[in-house]
Amino acid sequence: MTVQQPAPTFLASGAGQPPRGVTLDLVDLSPRAGQTPARSRFGKTARFASRALVPALLLAVWQASSNLGFVAPEVLSSPGEIIAAYAELIRTGELQAAIPTSLARALTGLALGATVGLVLGLFAGLWRVGEELFDAPLQMLRTIPFIAMIPLFIIWFGIGEQAKIALILGATIFPVYLNTYSGVRGVDQKLIEAARVFGLSHGRIATRVIIPTALPSILVGLRFAAGVSLLALVAAEQINARSGIGFILINANQNQRTDIIIAGIIVYALLGIAIDLVMRVVERLALPWRPSLVLA
Amino acid sequence: MSLHSSSPTEAVALAGLDLAAPKTPAQPVAVRLEGVRRVFGSRAVLDGIDLEVRRGEFVSLLGPSGTGKTTLLRILAGLDRADGGRVEVASARSVVFQEPRLVPAKRVWQNVVLGHVQNRVTRRLATAALEEVGLGRHVDVWPKTLSGGEAQRVALARALAGEPNLLLLDEPFAALDALTRIRMHDLVAQLWRRHLPAVVLVTHDVDEAILMSDRVIVLSGGGIRFDARVPLERPRKRGDAGFAALRARLLAELGVASPEAGGHA
Repeated sequence: MTVQQPAPTFLASGAGQPPRGVTLDLVDLSPRAGQTPARSRFGKTARFASRALVPALLLAVWQASSNLGFVAPEVLSSPGEIIAAYAELIRTGELQAAIPTSLARALTGLALGATVGLVLGLFAGLWRVGEELFDAPLQMLRTIPFIAMIPLFIIWFGIGEQAKIALILGATIFPVYLNTYSGVRGVDQKLIEAARVFGLSHGRIATRVIIPTALPSILVGLRFAAGVSLLALVAAEQINARSGIGFILINANQNQRTDIIIAGIIVYALLGIAIDLVMRVVERLALPWRPSLVLA
Repeated sequence: MSLHSSSPTEAVALAGLDLAAPKTPAQPVAVRLEGVRRVFGSRAVLDGIDLEVRRGEFVSLLGPSGTGKTTLLRILAGLDRADGGRVEVASARSVVFQEPRLVPAKRVWQNVVLGHVQNRVTRRLATAALEEVGLGRHVDVWPKTLSGGEAQRVALARALAGEPNLLLLDEPFAALDALTRIRMHDLVAQLWRRHLPAVVLVTHDVDEAILMSDRVIVLSGGGIRFDARVPLERPRKRGDAGFAALRARLLAELGVASPEAGGHA
């Protein structure tokens, strides 16, 4: 390598500069004609197709293995048989009766649990006394898996509706409490300070600054709780259900009707999706100031 | 005050004497501090501060980091408490912080009248304040859609909406880009002339202090090291001899040896 003449530069040394007369290795990043529109035109359908591919294949394999007799119908019913089971459940009116019953249990428990969680979370978040009184006990209770409480709840509340609602209530308190508490505590101290400078009373600081700013976190808690309420519903409906989806499942279990069992499980899943969708809409309506949600 | 002809150091020295005879004795006092102390641990950040600021007076507080400028401002705002001495401040006062500190969940106009009942009357009040800072068309938007300069102007509108007698500015221009900062300087100067509150501006920027204020105070070692009126006519120009002289003097007071170090101490 030849020693280069120092270039007329303000840099002290020419170290790191390429030798003169040699071109740099450039990468072409300029947009290519037609590339971007093509991607957006075919992208949507292609992405949908590739996402649907595996589920569709699984369904096909499932149906084929039932048709070819690889799987006994009492072990795993075919998709066709499950559809037939839905038709049966709708014809007898069982499904139409069960869904509102189960949904009412979940929503009643959720409403009560979320209210308790919200009140406790606000109390612990806004007042030090509240934190000292409630936080440690709730953090301890939170570690108990709610399903483990079922035997105790049966003793306390019997095997009727009360025990079911109580279980859902107990399970949904914690997600709302935790997220409300951390949301309230997470509000920027600088905002609260500014509010103090502008003469807001404690009450107004809470209602105008803290709670609106903590609302995204509170709603995340509510969304978690909605999911948990369904989980608790499934567990609760195993307790001597005389109505609802759990009742359909217990009956089907006794009659060895795998098709109806799977149909019931899918109904639970669909309820979960429906609740999540509702919660997303609620979030979008309640938080118009969050640009990320507006664009989502 | 025709001090332009005298030598730079003399001008400042004379200006310093000028303090003994305030320019506007008729204006009411907005800040009165006597022997104010503030101690953190074993260190007295403020140790015997005496200060009087009258309505209509624009005072800048300069000082190296950690000399208690912001602590002093927080005491004036009522956000921090002095450990000793007397603190009297105008009851109608407001603050613009370094960050806009707008509530993201409230629309811009609701932020402007955050401390008031929010109804049609206060909405009109907020709109008027926003028009004053050139944001009359942003009354109903959410704070997150604003640029940094716009958000800071909303903070300024919020500070002025309460018609304060004392306006406290805690490095409000520090986070803005250079062009926005120049515009904000003009805007604040204009609003100050219109409303004439007492203004206390905490800043690191010597040029900003000279450009904007009637009086510059340098804090150091817990006390007021330097306190002088700015003997320059408005509007001030950075190129003026008097400007350069005062800047050199202030930089020296701030412990920056070379005047070439520029205005951003």
